[in-house]
Amino acid sequence: MTGTLALVCCGGVLFASGTALLMARPLTRILLGIVLIGNGVNILVLATSGAAGRAALLYPESDPGRMADPLPQAFILTAIVITLAVTAFLVTMAYRSWQHSGNDDVPDDIEDIRVVRRATYAEERERLRAAYRKRRHEYRALARGEEEREAREHSAYQRLGTARDRYREMRRRARADARVFRARQARAEETAEEIEGEDDPWQTILGADR
Amino acid sequence: MSGGGEPSHAAAVMSALVPLPVILPLCAAGLKLAIGARLERLQRFISAGVLAAVLVVSLVLLVAADRHGPQVMFAGGWAPPVGIVLVADRLSALMLVISSAVTLCVLVYSVGQGMADNDEVTPLSVFHPSYLVLVAGVSDTFLAGDLFNLYVGFELMLTASYVLMTIGGTLSRIRAGATYAVVSLLSSMLFLAAVAMVYAATGTVTMARLPARLDALPDGVGMLIQIALLGVFAIKAAVFPMAAWLPDSYPTAPAPVTAVFAGLLTKVGVYAILRTQTLLFPGHRIGDVLMVLALLSLLVGILGAVAQTDLKRLLSFTLISHMGYMVFGIGLATRGGISGAVFYVAHHITVQTTLFLVAGLVERRSGTTDLQSLGGLARLSPLLGVMFFIPAMNLAGIPPLSGFLGKLGLLRAGIDDGGALAYLLVAGGTATSLLTLYALAKAWNLAFWRAPTPEMCAAGTVLEDTEADSDDDEEATSGQGTRTTGPRAVLDRWEPAPVRRRGAATFGGQEITTSATLPLSMTVATVALVLFGLAFTVLAGPLFSLTDRAAGELIARTPYVEAVTR
Repeated sequence: MTGTLALVCCGGVLFASGTALLMARPLTRILLGIVLIGNGVNILVLATSGAAGRAALLYPESDPGRMADPLPQAFILTAIVITLAVTAFLVTMAYRSWQHSGNDDVPDDIEDIRVVRRATYAEERERLRAAYRKRRHEYRALARGEEEREAREHSAYQRLGTARDRYREMRRRARADARVFRARQARAEETAEEIEGEDDPWQTILGADR
Repeated sequence: MSGGGEPSHAAAVMSALVPLPVILPLCAAGLKLAIGARLERLQRFISAGVLAAVLVVSLVLLVAADRHGPQVMFAGGWAPPVGIVLVADRLSALMLVISSAVTLCVLVYSVGQGMADNDEVTPLSVFHPSYLVLVAGVSDTFLAGDLFNLYVGFELMLTASYVLMTIGGTLSRIRAGATYAVVSLLSSMLFLAAVAMVYAATGTVTMARLPARLDALPDGVGMLIQIALLGVFAIKAAVFPMAAWLPDSYPTAPAPVTAVFAGLLTKVGVYAILRTQTLLFPGHRIGDVLMVLALLSLLVGILGAVAQTDLKRLLSFTLISHMGYMVFGIGLATRGGISGAVFYVAHHITVQTTLFLVAGLVERRSGTTDLQSLGGLARLSPLLGVMFFIPAMNLAGIPPLSGFLGKLGLLRAGIDDGGALAYLLVAGGTATSLLTLYALAKAWNLAFWRAPTPEMCAAGTVLEDTEADSDDDEEATSGQGTRTTGPRAVLDRWEPAPVRRRGAATFGGQEITTSATLPLSMTVATVALVLFGLAFTVLAGPLFSLTDRAAGELIARTPYVEAVTR
């Protein structure tokens, strides 16, 4: 078999550009990437048949060494038909997706993200709960000390009222802390996403129409 | 074929039977497209009849292949260097028998589901032809005698599966289908590139001619081809690093489709690994790589399953995990290992399909498969409990059942091998078995015990596909082309109180109707599969000796090669 560098290089370039397009979100771009890779593969298959030669069926009397190998061509024809069918199917999928939601992005797996978030929130909840328990404990100790002091100064009714109020105040603060933490986390994730979008060259190249 | 003499009349008949599992479903699919949406009963009759015929043909082929060696058919009478060859040896025939039995049961189930939903005519008239093309593709991959035909079989199967995955065209299915289609397409491209490599290096793609030529290649080139093919088939088989697409895409499809995908399509990948690694690349060259992949697949998969809260996703992760057992057997590359892997494939196809069908019935009974909102199903529907319990215990590997026997065979083969890695795999396999039991017991506790939860829908409730609906609303309010409907927006909406993943259970994907009584034909099909799974336990002795003979045939390589090049 004689190698043909031009075909191999062409296939390589098609593969590379197709791979770059595959990284995009919109299904249409992914589809273009798949078409490029498909053609790249076909050209690589063609490269396996060696140098160009005469058509075997048209020139049966010629030297077998000068004939083109027909088998890879048969492979390619089959592959082209298959790629055509699948491309048509993906185009309809992209169109259907656009009909549904106004874009054709291929999204992340929501259920996966949910499981991950559940884990991070569970950790955070545990931490806050522990902090809250500690503070409640401290406050109760403090309140007990105060109670003894206040017992000398105030009536029993007032004492009960202040203790409960302070306890509630403490609880409110702990809950507010948790809320703030969650909001901050969400904001941090959002900005991280934005920054990523701005700095990532691929984002500017591939996400131009987003 | 039997001993090399002049082909007798019986051998010629056998040879004519070989292509039938591919041709019959394809012809039936064409016929159905011609009939269109009319004559629904005739449609059902044709589908069931054709699949039953395929089952009978496969059984005959299995007996013939077991008694007289591999059965071969040269398409158009052309010998291998030019023509296409179909080969049915013990492994192919066994896979054909199991796949046709399972597809027949799933067809009955899906007919029941279509009737129970009083489904729209259009999706059903798409479903039947696509399903038959899928069966033809699966049969073609099992029978293919050359790599390019294997590629065509895969494509036939995958193209049909794209249609089945997105049937009804709801938003959630299009989303899941896009991931699935892109990953499958990419692996197909890589497969074609690998075929090109094989052809460039050896000048042939006929599997029977490849062993001699591949053995003559320099070690590096052979290794490159081996790894390229392994990578491609590992994507199809959802072995760990290439498995992320599976739990994302499978659970959104209609129940029978998910069942047949989970049961069969991944095993087609395993079959291709088994065929190429034994016939084309014998020995232990990348056995260690396979074993490491198997270990990771086992552990990562099952830990993923433990974390899930949705029954279908939990089952998808156990599927990835249990792929590890089969890859382990192939990686050992001993007769015992391969025999165990083949047995496990047969057992796992049946059990995994059954469990997904039961998940479909659970959805039908209670309107959801979310474990948090299920409860008390064992009391509400004891039959459903039994139908879930038996295959679940079978999957986990509780002693008398075939799951235990399959795992035992593999673990024993691992201990016989005696390497450090093999012992690590044995430990990993045992841990996975226990964790599978844990995950399934958790699912059982939440869904079948407890008191019925208030979220569970009363019988007769019609559920809308919530995700698609809310997105449609948003589109109506904020106009087309907005960026609010991306994953981010969906996530935010889900964040405060996780919405259950529900609906999308019918072929049309629009709504499902829950019912207190299970539809008859769906139940019959599921019970048949449960019994089929139990048959592996009862007939484990003969089946194990059959898989042992199949493994011997695979390792010897000569029966296959001689049958084709004779």
